[in-house]
Amino acid sequence: MKLRGRFRLKTRVLIVLMVLFGALGDVLLGKGMRQTGGVALTSLRGIFDGLDLGFHNHLVWMGILSLIVFFVCYLLLLSWADYSFVTPTSAASYAVVTILGWMVLGETVPSGRWLGVLVICFGVFLVGRTPSRTDTETE
Amino acid sequence: MRVWLLLAVVVLGGTAGEIAVTRAMKQIGEVHHFHPRALLGVLGRAFRVKWMWLGLGLLAMGFFSLLTLLSWENVSFVVPLTALSYVVGALMAKLFLGEEVDQIRWMGVLLVVLGVVLVYVG
Repeated sequence: MKLRGRFRLKTRVLIVLMVLFGALGDVLLGKGMRQTGGVALTSLRGIFDGLDLGFHNHLVWMGILSLIVFFVCYLLLLSWADYSFVTPTSAASYAVVTILGWMVLGETVPSGRWLGVLVICFGVFLVGRTPSRTDTETE
Repeated sequence: MRVWLLLAVVVLGGTAGEIAVTRAMKQIGEVHHFHPRALLGVLGRAFRVKWMWLGLGLLAMGFFSLLTLLSWENVSFVVPLTALSYVVGALMAKLFLGEEVDQIRWMGVLLVVLGVVLVYVG
């Protein structure tokens, strides 16, 4: 079995872009949807009305665009890197969302959540220490 | 009971969808050129692979199941449980994609799950 363990520059760059745009998308969508007053999940009508309001909000559109960039980066990474490498690494976006919420939105972050962020970062660090591709070459 | 069933659909269906998408991307091969036109070509090729459509279908099913679950239960209950997807994903990647998940990667995956639980419970 051929092992390819080089953590190449394009892998690093795309992981950083994936994490940043994933986090940005979540924050923008969350902020935009809250501006619209939330979606009532009690009926199909409530869901469609809420989504319709969301689609008239520019933050929601910026969030959707960010998530499209996130998804393209994710797909490109999966063309050469392991799924079991890329997906846990993308969890770093939880840390970025927490830090963005604290720094940009001035949210209060409880100590338990900071501990979670530290544990995620350590987990991502460990996954990043493993080869980015371990399956047999299929190209 | 219906909560646990739907949770299984979110975790197993969503992860199976990602595995199918990964299979599609591995099938088209490593991307070397990042010019916008080249990227559009890559996406065009990816969407002609049947695994991609199967994956997107399963991801959509997982996503709408998650939305329904969130309408029944609190985020602080749902998200930590859906973090199990990282463990299921590593297992499926080993079984269906032939990836080698060594001890260090397992430790990393388990720490990520623990961290997500702490973020939402904390």
